[in-house]
Amino acid sequence: MEATVIRTGTEGKTWGGGNEPLKASYGKMMMWFFIVSDALTFSGFLAAYGFSRFKFIDSWPIADEVFNHFPFLHGVDAPMYYVAFMTFILIFSSVTMVLAVDAGHHMKKGKVTLYMFLTIIGGAIFVGSQAWEWKNFIQGEYGAVTTMGGNVLQFVDAEGERVAIEDFVAELPVTRVANQRNNGIWFSENETVSEYTIEEVKAGFAANEDILIRTKMFDENGQKTILSREESLSKLNAEAIGVVQGANLTHNEYGPPLFADFFFFITGFHGFHVLSGVIINIIIFFNVILGTYERRGSYEMVEKVGLYWHFVDLVWVFVFTFFYLV
Amino acid sequence: MAHSTTHHHESNTKRIWFVFALLSFVTIVEVFLGIIKPEFLVDTHFLAMRLLNWIFIILTIYKAYYIAWAFMHLEGESKGLRRAVVWSAIFLISYLMFILLTEGDYIFDVFKNGQVAWDF
Repeated sequence: MEATVIRTGTEGKTWGGGNEPLKASYGKMMMWFFIVSDALTFSGFLAAYGFSRFKFIDSWPIADEVFNHFPFLHGVDAPMYYVAFMTFILIFSSVTMVLAVDAGHHMKKGKVTLYMFLTIIGGAIFVGSQAWEWKNFIQGEYGAVTTMGGNVLQFVDAEGERVAIEDFVAELPVTRVANQRNNGIWFSENETVSEYTIEEVKAGFAANEDILIRTKMFDENGQKTILSREESLSKLNAEAIGVVQGANLTHNEYGPPLFADFFFFITGFHGFHVLSGVIINIIIFFNVILGTYERRGSYEMVEKVGLYWHFVDLVWVFVFTFFYLV
Repeated sequence: MAHSTTHHHESNTKRIWFVFALLSFVTIVEVFLGIIKPEFLVDTHFLAMRLLNWIFIILTIYKAYYIAWAFMHLEGESKGLRRAVVWSAIFLISYLMFILLTEGDYIFDVFKNGQVAWDF
């Protein structure tokens, strides 16, 4: 047996191994470097978002108008309250997480269990809220018309309030059916047919004298430009080619397609982080209950998942600013 | 074994709640400013950006600092680890932001002033 023991003659010397120049355990240090690289991934997303936004600086949607829903307040304009609520949930779950880490340092198993549990609940509420936010975004509220140049035109009444397409659209006796694979040549199929046709919107618009078109361009006051009735009519007849309600990756009623793309990718990527954070937290939570860390004599695993969880909160602070505030 | 917990740990509970109050307060200020949008902050520009947006970004970095220092406990880590984490990120992100935002603005100019019709 003694033959397997390797002696280098450097025990206790600097190069003898077992050094920790950064005074952090291997696992914790690696969690930190993972976080740095993940932060760079998120920065890549947010920088690309900034790029597109600077590219469309004179026509980007106003976040307050897009994200203005609040549960049980249907039709009430409530900009940002909901996302502020989500931010609080996440910050608070960060607090319970750091309290769990703190209790772990003092080897208080009961407190760690309680705080981990609260953290998991907070994370679950956040993911649920994000799903609700997505649902509203995908469903849309007012609808818009798409133009040949890839822009959207929205509708307002004489006071400048938004008007939903379904409120003025004319009913024309046209039936349109999406081509399915079973009746298509070469197994092709249409994309989904919108609820109303562009002809119905045009006819309804012509019949309602007090409805105007709002383009995505900002005027000198930082408001979206509202065209006069004549301009609206000519623009609609000359340029409109389609109707869009809600959002997907190719069309949305809010503005440039990139706006919805970045919304889905950035909040989706973040939401996926929250989801995986919740799952990891649940695993650690059960380990805490089973007494794994009590036997190990250290709650450092709680600290490591805590780092990840705080990072998710940290990213949200930036997403919140760049998507909802700026 | 358990080397990082063998040395004495103070309870940080008081500081944690203080930071929570601070972060909540800053978030409330941000939301409040975002809803009322004070006119002079919107109309005043500094380095090609609205003063209001500068305030949002500075408050965000302020919050990020507290999350990283107090919650992620960077303040208790060794100087080497702290610098490896913070400066790597700050340096690379600033560089990326500078390049992409400059380029985005350039493309905006091309679309607007160049001999290109893209809204037809």
